[in-house]
Formats: sequence, C-alpha cells, structure tokens
Amino acid sequence: MRAAPPHRARPAPASGGGPTPWMAAPALVLFGLFALVPLAGVAVLSFASWDGLGAPRWAGADNWVRAAGDPVTREAVWLTVKLTVLCYLFQAPVSLLLGVYTATRTRHREVLAVLYFLPLLFSSAAVALTFKGLLDPNFGLGAALDLPLLARDWLGDPDLALGVVVFVVGWSFIPFHALLYQGGVRQIPASLYEAARIDGASAPAQFLHITLPQLKYTIVTSSTLMLVGSLTYFDLVFVLTAGGPGGATRILPLDMYLTGFRSYDMGQASAIGVVLVAVGLALALGLNRLTGSHRMESRQEGA
Amino acid sequence: MAPSSAGRTLTAASAVLVLAAAAGCGGFGGGGSSPGGGGATAWALTGGSEEAFRTSFESWNEANPDREIAVEWFANDAYKEKIRTAVGSGQAPTLVFSWAGGTLADYARSGQVQDLSGQVDGATEDLLPSVAANGEVDGGLYAVPNNQAQPAVLYYNEDVLADAGVEPPETLADMMEAVEALKDEGVVPIALAGQSVWPELMWIQYLTDRIGGPEVFQRILDGEEGAWSDPAVVEAATAIEDLVEAGAFGDGFGSVDADSGADTALLHTGKAGMLLQGSWVYPNMASDAPGFVEDGLGHTAFPVVEGGAGDPSNIVGNPANFWSVSSDAPEEERQTAVDYLNEQVYNEEHVQSLLDLGSVPPVAGLEEEIAAQDDPEHLEFTYGMVRDADHFQLSWDQALPPAQAQELLSNLDLLFLGEVTPEEFTAAMDSTL
Repeated sequence: MRAAPPHRARPAPASGGGPTPWMAAPALVLFGLFALVPLAGVAVLSFASWDGLGAPRWAGADNWVRAAGDPVTREAVWLTVKLTVLCYLFQAPVSLLLGVYTATRTRHREVLAVLYFLPLLFSSAAVALTFKGLLDPNFGLGAALDLPLLARDWLGDPDLALGVVVFVVGWSFIPFHALLYQGGVRQIPASLYEAARIDGASAPAQFLHITLPQLKYTIVTSSTLMLVGSLTYFDLVFVLTAGGPGGATRILPLDMYLTGFRSYDMGQASAIGVVLVAVGLALALGLNRLTGSHRMESRQEGA
Repeated sequence: MAPSSAGRTLTAASAVLVLAAAAGCGGFGGGGSSPGGGGATAWALTGGSEEAFRTSFESWNEANPDREIAVEWFANDAYKEKIRTAVGSGQAPTLVFSWAGGTLADYARSGQVQDLSGQVDGATEDLLPSVAANGEVDGGLYAVPNNQAQPAVLYYNEDVLADAGVEPPETLADMMEAVEALKDEGVVPIALAGQSVWPELMWIQYLTDRIGGPEVFQRILDGEEGAWSDPAVVEAATAIEDLVEAGAFGDGFGSVDADSGADTALLHTGKAGMLLQGSWVYPNMASDAPGFVEDGLGHTAFPVVEGGAGDPSNIVGNPANFWSVSSDAPEEERQTAVDYLNEQVYNEEHVQSLLDLGSVPPVAGLEEEIAAQDDPEHLEFTYGMVRDADHFQLSWDQALPPAQAQELLSNLDLLFLGEVTPEEFTAAMDSTL
C-alpha cells in the first residue's frame, strides 16, 4: 500500500532560472525599507555618540569598547545564553511530546489539543500581566488558595526570577512548537508504523526509530525558531520583570532597550543591537549548515 | 542573481522609494503646524491632573479662537520616550511638558527651550519658592510649574498600628521599634513597591536629607568627586540595610508593583502597617477604598534621624510638572505659549480644578480655598508640608542626568535586595560621577 507516488512531477525550471525577478520586488522593497535601511542606520549609530538630543557625534570604536567592558552588558550576554539554553531544554522535549500526543486523531486528544493551543492566541503583554498577577505573593494565586508553596516571591527574588521567565516563555511558545510537531507527525506515512508493528517493535522503539528520524526537519525548524527566537524575547520579559530584580533577568534585548531609551546612550545601545543581529544570523545559518537541512533531501525515500 | 537590467532597475526603484519615504518623514510625527497663524501646540499627559489641563486649555481656546492651542495626549512612559526624540529632532510642540531636573538642564544647555526670565511673571508671582526654583537652570528660568505639588508622605493604617500598640513613628528609632511590633502581629510593617524600584528612591532621599541635609545631594549633582561616599549617604544606605534585615518591608517586596497599586492595596487591605509614597497615590486610594480613606488612613511626615543635620521640614518628591517653551517654534507660536502661561497657569479656575482633583497647587495663600473643600484634611496636610518646607528635593532619578539615574536605580535595587553592602553601593555610584 503506497501513500504517495515516490516521485512527484515538478515543473522543469525555465531557462534563466524561474519566474521573472520582478515577482520579488514588493517583498524586497518592503524588506529593504523596514529592515535593511534601519539596520544600516543602527550600524552607523554604533560608531557615534548620541543622547537623543542634538546631532550625533562621531565616536569611532568607543561604544564598542565600552559595551565590551561594561559588566552589566557582559552579565546580559551570559544571561541571554542561560535563558536560551534553559528555554530550549524546557520547550523542545515538552512540545515534541505534546505534538506526538495530539497527532493521533481521537476525540479527547483533539479537545485537549485545542486547549493546549490557547496560549498561542494571547498577546505577550496580556500573558505577562496575567502571570504577574497570579504570581503576586500578596494578592496572587498563593494568597487566594492559601497555599504557602505558591506564595513565594517569584518575580522579586533574583534566584527565582529567571526560572519563572523560562516557564512563562515556555508556556507561551510551546503551543506553537507542538503544532509544528503535530503537523510533522501527521505527515509520517502510516505504512512505516504498520511495517514496524509486523516486525514486533514496541511503542517506545517505534517512537525512537520511526517518529524521531522522520521528524528531523521539523526538529531543525523548531529548534532554529526557538534558539533564534530566544535572542529576541523582549515584550514578555519587559512587562514581567523589566530586567529586575537587581538585573537578574536583564537579557541582551532588554539591556539594549534600557541603555537606549532609559539611559539615552543610543551609541552603545546600537552596538548591542548589531551584536544581537550578528549572533542571530550566525546561529540561524550555523544550525542550517550543521544539520544539513539546506540540502533539503527527502526523508521519505522508500516509504 | 547576476546583475541584469531588471536588477538595476529594481535597485534604482528601491532607492527612489527610500528617498521618498525619508522625505515624507519630515512631514509627520512632529508637533505639527496649527491652523491659525498664532496657534500653538502642546503635548500633555493622561491621568493625574489631566482634567485640570483640559479645563485650562478649553477656556484658553474659547477666549482666543484665533490663537488656539492644539493639545495631544499621551500616556506617561510613551510620552517620556517620544518627547526627547521630538525635542532633539526639532519636532517638539510649542509647550513642552517635563519634570524639570536633568532633562530640562539638557534641553536648556542645548538651546532647545527658551529662557523665560521676566516674561512669565503672571504664572510665577504667587508660587512657593521651593517649587519655582526647580525651573531654573544656570541662572535662567526655563520652565514654570503647571500642576500640583507631590511630596512623599508616610501613610499608615490606623487600625493596624493600633492593634500592634504602636504610634506613628517620629524618629528612625521609633520606626525600628514599630517594625518589630508590627512583625509580631503578622503583617508587613512597611509596604514597598520594590519591583518598580523608584519607590525605593524616597527612602534613600529622605534618609540622606534627614542625616546630612540637602547639601549632600547638591554635591552629587555638581559632580564632586567621591560625593556619593559622603558619610550621610553611607549612613542612609546602612539604615536601609538595617531596615531590610529587620524585615521592615516583608519577604516579598520585590514582587510588589507600584503601577498596579499593589503597595497601596497592601495598606488599605490591612496587610501592611505603613507606606512611604508620593501624595499622588491619595486619589487612587480614595477611589479604591473610600471607607478606609475616610476613616483609617493616617498620614505623617517622614521621621527624623537622631543627631541628623537635616531640617525636619524638608520634603522629597515631585515639586510639580513644568511647561517649557520650545525654541524651534516660530515667534508667533512662542508668544501664544507665553501668553497662555501668564493668563491660564494657576489662575483662579486652574487652582480650583486642581483642588477639586484632591491635589495642591504650589501657590502661596491658598488656606481659605482649601478649607472650603469637601475633604480638606489631606489637602491641608500636604499643602502645609509644601508651604513650610525649607527645601523640596526633586526625585533623584529626575534630577540626575538619565545615564546616572539608571545606574542609581540599578544599584539601589541591589542594595534593597541585599546583594551589595552600603559601601559597595556608594563606591559603585561614585564611579558614575
């Protein structure tokens, strides 16, 4: 029984390489206008000294030297790395398992799936404000239910705050990644599982030897989005903690914002911004190379 | 894609678009030009004394239909970020709203706002001098106050204090004793919105002033080397460390948020005994817990510190908000703005609309008007505080240049969390001078 013909017919590329380049014009113009032009502006500004008033003055590499030596910015880099790793370790397994679980078409699972995906519909600011209210030790969930275990100083204790941020970020983004995995699992031909069952493979063995390898590209996509995405967490963390307590959640995007729009040091903030862009691009490209997904070969040969 | 004629056309087309967009940018986002020749523009804040501003601008526009002032309204944080860019790029409204302090000094020194010396006597003649002084930079008058004075007051819950058998503290030693008694009652002795950080400023400001007087911060403001390690600041920071260690602010003050009113809620729900906050929280408390405000809310001045050099009448907080006149505006618009300041600011109607909001204008000789209000007690108390103050210290985060203010907030946060010692705090702050 075959799920699909092994080779789908593809239109042969026209000589000269596909449709006319004009098709890309609207996207390119928008991208240029709203991404490349501001980016170039930021790159130039990172070599200038500007407090938002008057004209920017040329400062050479001054901002870069200061940013590199600033203990707050260094701590922010370290916190960003920590947040990225912790978020990945939390989100990836949970969303993979949730995605696999909800991929099976039984009614109760579909009802659960709808519930799991609800956080995807909420705005970050609303999520952050809600959690801030729920976690308040004086008026939040712990006080309302009279559970001392929950009534801790979640967002006010430097040792707990980062963990809470990881949890709330995960709560917001796991539904999206679970959706990716759910789609991925549903793409796997049923014939593979039938063959495995005939060979007597257990459920965990099927998961390890069929589901996981078949999901390789979904994993790559989801991981790239998670890792690069964690460089840009801003709204959620800003509303939740504003970088506090005592700088315990002042990750790089927040450091950039606070340096630029609270201390009005636009030069150093721009330098941080350029670093963020460079690291993000490098990470995305690196992941792509490392996993070989740029070759985009099929995972369904022989299915 | 190899360079082709299509590619080159594309590049050229994008370049044209970018230029067009850049040219277009000059046209929007600024104060905008007003309809009439002599009309002016203003940006003001929503919330707080918004109603008083609305009344004031409406009566000006009714009386001067040919020179109307067009007002745009902003939320607090959005305004603070927008106004600086607007002033910096020559797009400011004619009337610039500010908190005076370091930002006003920046504007004045880069020539963005007008020196109003001698032109606005109509607005300034009756002002309380401790408030009016904040509009001066380098001997010139660059801003006039435009709303109420907002001193920081020690509020307390009368029932909670009575249950613990303590009186409102008059000295720092009294306060430490009250903390112990209130802890034994199982309440948070003093509510503090540590998540917002800025309420912590009131503590270091009052303590420093009570211990060393206003000269200590003046030396910091002047940028004198080592001014932060003044013994008065070290002693104030040590007092804070003692209070935190004694559990004066409870275990969870780092989660308390002032913007959502969690600190005032602790006070009026009886979960906390005292609260040091600006008088601007009073109208919110009056609407959240009217019964408590009528019967149960006490207020007093910040305690004195035994042996301290500061005058106990000194207060900290926000003396007022201020209007400045933008130098970028054409001559006619500037004249309209100056006339508005002279005729409308703190005229009878403006003073009355501020009093109706439960706030006190920093104007001399208002005792009778205040006594005629429905609920004069809190007004009389804050008015007396402002009137009798020998010195009214503007919040340090507003007085200092923005970069130093941010360092101060970060380091103060660490001090309250017990992550740095008082000596480390003052040393870190010295390095910002």
